[in-house]
This record gives sequence, structure tokens and C-alpha cells, in this order.
Amino acid sequence: MLMLEKRPQPSKTWTLAAPILAVILTMICGGLLFAALGKAPLETIRTIFLDPLFSEFAWFYRPQLLIKGAPLALIAIGLSFGFRAGIWNIGAEGQYIVGAICGAAVGLAVYPTESIFIFPLMVIAGVLGGMLWALIPGILKVKFDTNEILVSLMLVYVAEQLLASMALSTLRNPEGMGFPGSRNLAKYDSASSWISENAGMHWGVVAAFIAVIFAYVTLSRHQFGFNVRLAGQSPRAARFAGVNPKLLVLVCMGISGGLAGAAGLFEVAGPAGQISIDFNVGYGFTAIIVAFLGRLHPIGILLAAGLMALTYIGGEIAQSNLGLPGAAIQLMQGMLLFFLLMVDVLTNYRVRFGKGATT
Amino acid sequence: MTMKTILAGATLAASLSTTAFADDPTKVGFIYVGPVGDGGWTYEHNQGRLAVEEEFGEAVETVFVESVPEGADAERVMQQMALGGADLIFTTSFGYMDPTINVAEKFPDVMFEHATGYKQADNVSVYSARFYEGRAVQGHIAGQMTESNVIGYIGSFPIPEVIRGINAAYIQAKAVNPDVEFKIVWAYTWFDPAKEAEAASVLIEQGADVILQHTDSTAPQAAAQAAGNVVTFGQASDMAEFGPFPRVSSIIDNWGPYYIARTQAVIDGTWESTNTWDGIGAGMVGIGEISDAVPADVKASAEALRDSLASGEYHAFTGPLNKQDGSAWLADGETADDGTLAGMSFYVEGLTGDIPQ
Amino acid sequence: MDLSAINPILLLASLMVAATPIILAAVGELIVERAGVLNLGVEGMMITGAVCGFIVAVNTGSPFLGFIGAAIGGAVLSLLFGFLTQFLLANQVATGLALTLFGLGLSALMGQNYIGIKAPEFPDWHIPLLGDIPVIGPIVFQHDPMVYVGLAIVVAVWAFLKFSRAGLVLRAVGENHEAAHALGYHVVRVRMLAIMFGGACAGLGGAYLSLVRVPQWTEGMTAGAGWIALAIVVFASWKPMRLLLGAYLFGGVTVLQLNLQAAGMAIPVEYLSMSPYLATIAVLVIMRSGRAPGSLGQSFHASR
Repeated sequence: MLMLEKRPQPSKTWTLAAPILAVILTMICGGLLFAALGKAPLETIRTIFLDPLFSEFAWFYRPQLLIKGAPLALIAIGLSFGFRAGIWNIGAEGQYIVGAICGAAVGLAVYPTESIFIFPLMVIAGVLGGMLWALIPGILKVKFDTNEILVSLMLVYVAEQLLASMALSTLRNPEGMGFPGSRNLAKYDSASSWISENAGMHWGVVAAFIAVIFAYVTLSRHQFGFNVRLAGQSPRAARFAGVNPKLLVLVCMGISGGLAGAAGLFEVAGPAGQISIDFNVGYGFTAIIVAFLGRLHPIGILLAAGLMALTYIGGEIAQSNLGLPGAAIQLMQGMLLFFLLMVDVLTNYRVRFGKGATT
Repeated sequence: MTMKTILAGATLAASLSTTAFADDPTKVGFIYVGPVGDGGWTYEHNQGRLAVEEEFGEAVETVFVESVPEGADAERVMQQMALGGADLIFTTSFGYMDPTINVAEKFPDVMFEHATGYKQADNVSVYSARFYEGRAVQGHIAGQMTESNVIGYIGSFPIPEVIRGINAAYIQAKAVNPDVEFKIVWAYTWFDPAKEAEAASVLIEQGADVILQHTDSTAPQAAAQAAGNVVTFGQASDMAEFGPFPRVSSIIDNWGPYYIARTQAVIDGTWESTNTWDGIGAGMVGIGEISDAVPADVKASAEALRDSLASGEYHAFTGPLNKQDGSAWLADGETADDGTLAGMSFYVEGLTGDIPQ
Repeated sequence: MDLSAINPILLLASLMVAATPIILAAVGELIVERAGVLNLGVEGMMITGAVCGFIVAVNTGSPFLGFIGAAIGGAVLSLLFGFLTQFLLANQVATGLALTLFGLGLSALMGQNYIGIKAPEFPDWHIPLLGDIPVIGPIVFQHDPMVYVGLAIVVAVWAFLKFSRAGLVLRAVGENHEAAHALGYHVVRVRMLAIMFGGACAGLGGAYLSLVRVPQWTEGMTAGAGWIALAIVVFASWKPMRLLLGAYLFGGVTVLQLNLQAAGMAIPVEYLSMSPYLATIAVLVIMRSGRAPGSLGQSFHASR
């Protein structure tokens, strides 16, 4: 029998070693999968995990890692506060959409005026949009004790319908030959979030790094960070320590929604360029996984976002260079997540085998 | 900008390395919006890619990436293909329009072909198929097959492409059956089997005994088969497995000939930026075998219509035609110009209901 | 506009068919959640069931064996989720999302050689006598057997939760796993069984799409049905009979809006499509009694 024994403290060694173990396990199982599909396993694994970083064209892929990873990191940082405090916002996808719609709407409303105030206004609108969308489950939880997991999830579907409506009518490009989708904001100087397209730098990347630093400082040095951690570990103790649980819910939901909304705005004004029916590509859900992979720690989240971005980009290279089916990449990503979640147990528990393991 | 210079240098190096070795195969890339196993839009583009491989053998190497979201991801995949030495890249979804233009600007030596869009550049061609010609043939058959005089039409999104198809089908159906009525539902999806099945059931329940679909799954075919006496047409693929009844014919996306021709042009060095809009004549739109469930005289006249559309003798939008509001559109014998067709956002006279928004 | 074209009998009849895949997936998830586990991987299990069922049915020529294969496929995939969340105490939300990703990839690879093939026939079941009753007959008694299997499972789940001892144990585990453990119940075992039941039901729901509704295999063919099933469980306040109501309401809104469109009425489709989700939120707020199971989504470890 497999027995788990809780460690008094999370193991420092395994905190670092577990993710590496998971990646190695993924490479082994992935290699077997690729071999079964008739591809050279080692070459495929090298293509996925190393080529984006060290190949001939790494100068192109490295900035792309920033573009792909930034929204994941930004959203996951926001989510991590709530997750630490036991507040489960899983509707970041919806907040991301609403943030993008609100921000883009500001930009599109003033088109084609050029002014340095436009982009900051869009950012504010995006943050507020995401924040308000996240506060709906927050307020309902505080007022009516509804389950925030479920309400925030429902609001994702509502946001998706809203997005379709916006792309087809309200925000549709009047010069778009009747096709759905808004004007391209990336081509509108005052509204573009690009700093340098070739370097992969846009304001969303900057914001992600700022968020990581901010979260790190807050969680380790600030009273709020302490309250969040306390509320997650022991809600009763938190109440004795004077933490207002209702306020905490609202603040955590607000932060996560605001950052998700910002991520949506930066994306729509830069890499994506326009509001379209399929604008959202699942960053909000992937970010939940990223937050857990990063163990809700800011640096961990940064690395996890990078790793996810790596498998996306490496997977595309493997598809086009080696003819690997897209489904195989998806399967390997699923495997990677499973292994990462699996080895996580080693950090908090000692694993023992055999009957004698019971105490 | 320094990055741009580096980039230009790298492209130069890449293109040099491909031209330096004469026996190096020409590399053709394809970017798909769905999985190749979707049995519809992407599946048919991939059939086109396989036709290119078949045609050129060792002389051409093809690569593809599937399920690429429109936007930043598409742009990255295109660049990555260009860096990987692709000489010609087909971007097969409308939403890839802006990314294609952006990437093409950075790689002047790589040729791009964007499907269904309207933005061209020196190294970006656009191509699309005159599916409405196929719709005209369907309308012709449908108008004569219906007994209830109600024809159901499952639209995907209210965009010019779909509206054009509805109009083309209606004009022919009306010509052979003045009492015909079209019931149109918008599914707001290109592919969602459950929803498409529901849309088909709804139309059948409301009396339609012919279903035309502009969505890609076979669910409407199955719904028609269950109903027993409802005629359908295959969409994107032949859907022959539902023949000879309910599926009596089909519109087949046939990209192979175009992909082969464009690849040949790159090999020969004769590639130029073009705007292609081909129909039945060029083989880009295929009309699937009309089954024996269709009476022989109808089949014959449908084939005659198909052939006259193919030869260019007849245009699917030939006057006299009025718009839905009764205002004149085309005078007697006048045919629609491509500009109007490309941006079509109105119904022709006789169709009921409004196009959403 | 011609509303008389809408035939309410046929509308209700087709609603019963349309709701079936979602009812199947949702009733499985309902048991999982009543046991205190939140499995967000319904979509992944559904599509895996869809492809497993299709492969088995095509190779054996029997849709019934196909459905059995689908149930097994879904259950096996759910074991992965169960092992991670119950034995290794991985977070359920993250594991469920990973399961969806994994299932979509796995199904696409498995189904590569099955594209463009039609599933074997699965005839409707015209129940003698009952099927001939005017009005009610065509609505209720003239469908394929899986429609009734789905309803039977819902009734069985209702009876199981309400009357059986095992159902009581399951609810106890879901409400408060610490207390259930203290009473000597095997929390993990109960939850593993619930998870497998959920996987099997999701598999059946997926196979209903690939074997009856479409009936073909195409990648990504569930197109979000699994997520709707999750919503319906919440709408139903974790009560089996309300689940039927929820599934008919969700399906009904879609069918109704298509009906109104076909009748020539201009309606704002997107806003109508949002309404079931907004209704679900309203239900959550209004029905205080419909509280989520107490231990929903929490890991259980019998610490000593």
C-alpha cells in the first residue's frame, strides 16, 4: 500500500526537484508516445523543449516566449492571491474577455484620434471591466454565500456570448466588408500595446513582470500577504487576527479580475489586434494550471508560464518540422500537467510503501 | 530598427540556403484553423496539401500546423515557417488576414496565399472559391425536390459568403418553383454537431423537406435521415456516406488544383500576386455526384446548369433581380460585379426575414 | 413571421433527444460532486467516450457494444483524475482542466483513422401501445433506447441518493469528509467509485453524440457540451430531478431560439443564449437550500 505522511514543513529539496522530475517523466513518456507515432523520440523532445531556446532561430522564439507567457503569468499572479486565501476564481477567462471588450471599446470609440492619453484610458477601462466582472461572484459570495467557483464559471459563458455579440455588431469594423471583428488596434498607434514587436515587448509583458515583483513583495513583506496566507491556512485564526473575511473575498476577486482584464486588454491591443468571435484562446483556464504549477509563488508562476509557453511554441515547431500531429502536443501537455501535479505530493508528504508504513 | 535588419539578414540567409542547392525541394507551408480531422473546412485544405505532395513527389516538401488560433499565434507560426525555409505559405482562414500581411512584410522573399480575405500585397495573393455557384445548383434541385415548398437553410454567421449562398440558392429555387419559401436559421458556429442537429430538426419540424447547410458537420444529414423524407446536400466534403438519400448532391471544396498550380508557379519562378476567385469551371468548387433519388429530368437540368455556370455562359446572379426591399439591383441580362458580391449584405427580393443586425 | 409553424409536440420530442447527451454527462458529474469532488474534466471524458464508443461500434457493428466501450473509456480516463486527486491529493480544479486537455488530445489521436466513416445504424424504438398514444406518444415514447437509458439513470440516481444506505454514505462523504471518516467510512474509496461513475456517464454522453446524434467521428465534436453539463449540475442544485428540468431548460432555450428564427422572428441570439447561465446564477442566489456539498473541491487526507 502506498501511504502518505504529512511533512511538518514542505520539503525544500522537493520544492525544487519535483518540477524537474516531472519534466523528465514527461520527456520519457512523451518520447514513448512519439516513438509509437513513428517519430524519432529524442529529436522530437529536443525540438519541443530546446529548439525554442537554443536553435538557429532562437532569437525569434525567445521574444515569442514573452508574448505567449505574459498573459498567463499576469492572470496567474492575480489568481494566486485568491487561491492562497481559499477563494476560487476560476472565471478568469471571462474577466479576460470583458477586460478586452471594455478596453477595446474605449480605443474604438475615439478612433482615429491620436493622443497619448488613449492607451492609459484603455488600460483603466480594461482593468475596471475585468474587476467588475470578477466582483459579481465576489459580491454574491459575500451577500448570499453563493459558491464563487460556480458563479465565476457561469460568467465565462456569458462573457463568450457577449464577445460574439460585440464582434458581430457593436464593435464590428465598419470597413470590414461585412465580416465580423473589430478594427485592428495594433495598427492604431495611440491604442497599440506594442513597445517593440520584434523584441516581443508589449505593455502586457512589462505588466506581467511588475505584477510578479509586486506579488513577491506583498506576499513576503506586507500585512496583506500575511492575511491572505493566514486565511488560507486557518480561517478561524485569521478572524481572530482581525482579518475581515468578506473584505478579503472582494479584494482577492478584484485583484484577480483586474489583472485578467488587463491581460485581455494588452492582448487585444497588441498580439491579437482585434476583437473577434474567437478572440479568447483559453489563457484564463491555462492560467489556473500555471498558478498551481508555480505553487502559487510569484517566481514559480513566472517559471511555469515560461514552461507552458515553451511547450506551445516548441509544439508548433515540432508540428511543422517533424509532422507531429497537433493532438500529440496536446496529449503531451496534458501529461506534463499530470506529472507536475503528481510530483507535487512529494513536497508536502512523505511517501512510504508497504504495510509497515501505517503508524 | 536593428531587429528588423537582423531579421532581414536572416531571411536572406535562409533564402540563400534554399536556392544554393538546386536539388533542395521547394517547401510549402499550410496553416490550418481547425484540426485536420474536422471532416470539413480544414480537412479539405489538407486534402489539397496531399494533392500537392502527390503531384510533385520529392520536388516539394509540405509542412503544416493545425488548430492555430487566429491572432498572435497565427503570426508566430507563419514566421516560424518562413524562418524554417518555406517558399510558399497558404494561410487558410479569414481571420489570418492581418497576421499574413504583417508577416509578409517581414519576409519579402516568401510568397503567401491567404484564403477568403481581401488584403493583397506584392507577396500576398488572395484566393477564394465561388461556392455560390454550387449553391445555385443546389437551389435548382431543391426547388424541384420540395413538396412542402419549404426549404430550410442553416447559416453559420451572417457574413457575405453565407448571404451570397442563400441568395444564389433562392434565385434558382424560385425560378423552378415560384411557391418556394426559405426558412433561415443562424447557428452562429461553423462546427457544432449538437447545435446543427437541433437547427435541422427545428427546420424539419417547421415543415422543411429540403435542408441546405452552410455548417460543416454531418449532424443535419443524420437528422434528415431520421426524419425519413428530407433531402440534404453535402457541405465542404462530399458526405457520400449519407447518399443516395437524404444526401442527393454536394458542394465539395476542392483546393488541390489551385495549390498545385501555385506551387508550380513558385518552382518556375513565375509566381505573382493575384486575386483568384474560381468556381465550378476551374474545379475549385466541385459538385458531388447527383444521386438517383433525384428524377432524371431534374438531374439533367441541374447538370446543364452546372455546365453553363462552369463555362461562364451563365452567371448565378443574372438580372432582372431586385433587392429584398423591392429596389432594383440588376437590370435584365445584367450580371453582378465581384465587388458587390464580395461584400454582399442584403437578401434578394422574395426572401423573408432580416439579416441579423 | 409565422409562429403557428412551430409545432409544440415535435418541439418537445426533439428536446428530449437534444438533452440526452447533456443529461448523461450531468448526472454522472452530479454524483461526483455529491461525493465532494469537483471534476472539471467532463469535456475531456465525454470526447474520449465519443471516440471509444465510435471505434468499438464500427469494429463490432454494434452500437450497444459501442456504448459499453464508451462507458469503460470514460471511466478509465476518470481513474487518472481519481488517482491524482484522491491518492496524490492534487488540486481538483487544476487536475480537471488538465484532464480536458489530455482527453481532447488523446481522442484526436485515437480517432485518426476513423474520420469520414458512418456509425452503424441505431434505430428508434417505437414502444408498442405507448408510442401510439396521441400527443404524448410521439413526444415521449418514440425515441432511441439511449434516451430512456439516460432517464433511467437519472431516476436510479435519485432513488440511490434518497433511499439507499450507500447513497447516504456518499452524501455524508460529500458534506463533511472529516466526519464521515470519523464514522468509519472509506472516503477515498467512495469518491473513487463516484468518479468512475461520473467518467462512465460522461463517456455515454459523448458516445450519444458520435453514435446517434451526428453520427460520425470528428475531432472536438463535443464542442463544449461537457461545460454545459457542469452548468446544469449547479442549476439543478445537485438534485437529480431538477437536473432534468435544467437540461430541458438549457436545451429548450437553444431549440426555442432556432424555432423563432425559423419562424422569421428577429431575435438577439447572443443575449438569449446567455440567459440559461444567468438563470443558473439566479438559482444559486435564490435557492439557499440548494447549497453546494460541504466538502466540494477539497482534498481529503486522513491525517493522524
